[in-house]
Amino acid sequence: MSGDPVPEAGQAKSSEAAAKSAWRQAYEAARLRDADFETMSGVPVEPVYGDVPYPGQYPFTRGPYPSMYRSRLWTMRMFAGFGTAEDTNARFKEILRHGGTGLSTAFDMPTLMGRDSDHEWSEGEVGRAGVAIDTLADMRDLFAGIDLSGVSTSMTINGPANVAMSMYIAVAEENGVGRSQLAGTIQNDILKEYQAQKEYIFPPRPSMRLITDLMRFTSAEMPRWHPISISGYHIREAGSTAAQELAFTLGNGFAYVEAAIAAGLDVDDFAPRLSFFFNSHSDFFEEIGKFRAARRIWARWLKERYGAKDERSMKCRFHTQTAGVSLTAQQPEINIARVAIQALAGVLGGTQSLHTDSFDEALALPTEDAARIALRTQQIIAHETGAPDVIDPLGGSAYVEWMTDEMERRAEEIFGHVDRLGTGSMLEGAYAGIEDGYYVRSIAEAAYEYEKKINSGRRIVVGVNAFTEGDTGPGNLLRIEQETERYQLKRLAEVKQDRDETTVASALAGLVAAAAEPTTNTMPAMIEAARAMATEGEIVAALEDVFGTYVEPQIL
Amino acid sequence: MTPIRVVLAKIGFDGHDRGLRVVARMLRDAGMEVIYLGLRQTTEHIVAVAEQEDADAIGISIHNAGHLTLAPRMVKAVRDAGLEIPVILGGIIPDQDIEALEEAGITAILGPGASAEEVVDAIKTAANRS
Repeated sequence: MSGDPVPEAGQAKSSEAAAKSAWRQAYEAARLRDADFETMSGVPVEPVYGDVPYPGQYPFTRGPYPSMYRSRLWTMRMFAGFGTAEDTNARFKEILRHGGTGLSTAFDMPTLMGRDSDHEWSEGEVGRAGVAIDTLADMRDLFAGIDLSGVSTSMTINGPANVAMSMYIAVAEENGVGRSQLAGTIQNDILKEYQAQKEYIFPPRPSMRLITDLMRFTSAEMPRWHPISISGYHIREAGSTAAQELAFTLGNGFAYVEAAIAAGLDVDDFAPRLSFFFNSHSDFFEEIGKFRAARRIWARWLKERYGAKDERSMKCRFHTQTAGVSLTAQQPEINIARVAIQALAGVLGGTQSLHTDSFDEALALPTEDAARIALRTQQIIAHETGAPDVIDPLGGSAYVEWMTDEMERRAEEIFGHVDRLGTGSMLEGAYAGIEDGYYVRSIAEAAYEYEKKINSGRRIVVGVNAFTEGDTGPGNLLRIEQETERYQLKRLAEVKQDRDETTVASALAGLVAAAAEPTTNTMPAMIEAARAMATEGEIVAALEDVFGTYVEPQIL
Repeated sequence: MTPIRVVLAKIGFDGHDRGLRVVARMLRDAGMEVIYLGLRQTTEHIVAVAEQEDADAIGISIHNAGHLTLAPRMVKAVRDAGLEIPVILGGIIPDQDIEALEEAGITAILGPGASAEEVVDAIKTAANRS
């Protein structure tokens, strides 16, 4: 399958006219931003140019919605988190004050791995790469003074995603915000952990059980929550090509669809709330082709292979982050230019939300000044370039259309391989590819090929292997002091001191019982454990007793 | 001359293994023998493998800002075992930390953007085979 559907010659004119009038009707029904859709010089511009398919029409190559950024700009969602929950809370409030419209949480390494701050391996890691969350007490501090019914929150956590989700629900309900009012996304994409990011805890199959538990739970009780964000970002950061990022990510998406269907859900009950997360790297047109191809592939597979009837199930909506791996430690200030170009590719590719990296992130977590420049970069694209005024402005370009087709073709080749590995099941194919090292090896080989091109000078990275004059060093970097760790350990000890151990033990026993019964949803028991002030590490350990712990095969 | 033998590992939680996997391929292409332990290793296990495999060098990679705690711990584990295997550190290491790490006994530090040549030379020098 390649290229957008071309109607038969005889009917072409009338069906094209019908598509255009259907789009026009949908566009006119949409509420538009209060803006003058004209160029800087006062030239009025149409919402879209070119032919079928129109935005918001299957297979959504040109965008999932008929009016796109004419109705609403993308969400400027800046990822933040460091130190204690109180520190991150202050950064959140700063983001909201500066016009950010969504909160995105980075957790520290122990939290991401499902371990407490007092775990032996946590020394030196507490609060360093994100915020430390051990118990409900930390989650309360993280969102103190923020109305959770009025923000959309994204939590970037996978192995212990359901634990974080349970604590978030518990905090909201303590503040009188019901779970049904909560809006946001939890990453919860475990397949790419085995393939690329490596923040797994349990083996793949029980991990998939936890994911389907959350899908069932949110389908029934949390209509505004996205229970999974299927992420290519980390696959790309680990070294994949653009086509591998596209194919592995959507392939994982198909695996989740198959898992949810196998768990008894109807595809149209959960697929509308699946969302995606892509990387935007520096090869401008390749990235834009990738984003456009992602929408088309997802639409076709959901309709044709998984039998979706609801168009919302077929719409690939995604968050984009600029490529952290592209940031150079050398002449770090030139990263501002890289980020701007990558961000523009995301916008021209029709992203629903965007995180722009800070220029100093090759070296450390961003300083406040660097994070502000990154947000301002998005605001320049939004308000000065005119890019949001015309939908899919590159659609119809011979090169961009070719690149979109080519990305799709390369992705289909990879889907074919995974499907064969799984003898006709993308879910089994994903498990098999994890077990035999297919993903890890393909990504590492691609990373090495790229590195060799830089080494040989065949690919130029400005400031690294060419144009190296003028590096004045890193300047001001964010330092997280050991104070954070001491504070967090004290806080955890206090919480453990004050809680009722009998309640904790019985809540954990309830969770173990739920986990041991494959058809029982573990979410209610996990929320109870969070309320009982069980630590994240205790909850995870209880699940490991039932599910086991994953060890990566030693494949280079 | 026998090839240089290098043990490569990551310590603790940090899962960023792109750099270490690329380095493994660089060293292998330079004719070295790579014992790739991968993720979530303890310093004790790394030392035990290095001793058993008669390694010329240990390469560890840290991307989570935990280097000031973890790298000296690796050196100490080598010394506690009565060995003199050099420890090379790669990853995201701010310049201002280099002195402290060298004082703690790290033989060489390879930051982001280090070329294949630099990586191979650092190991050769550390293993006294340059």
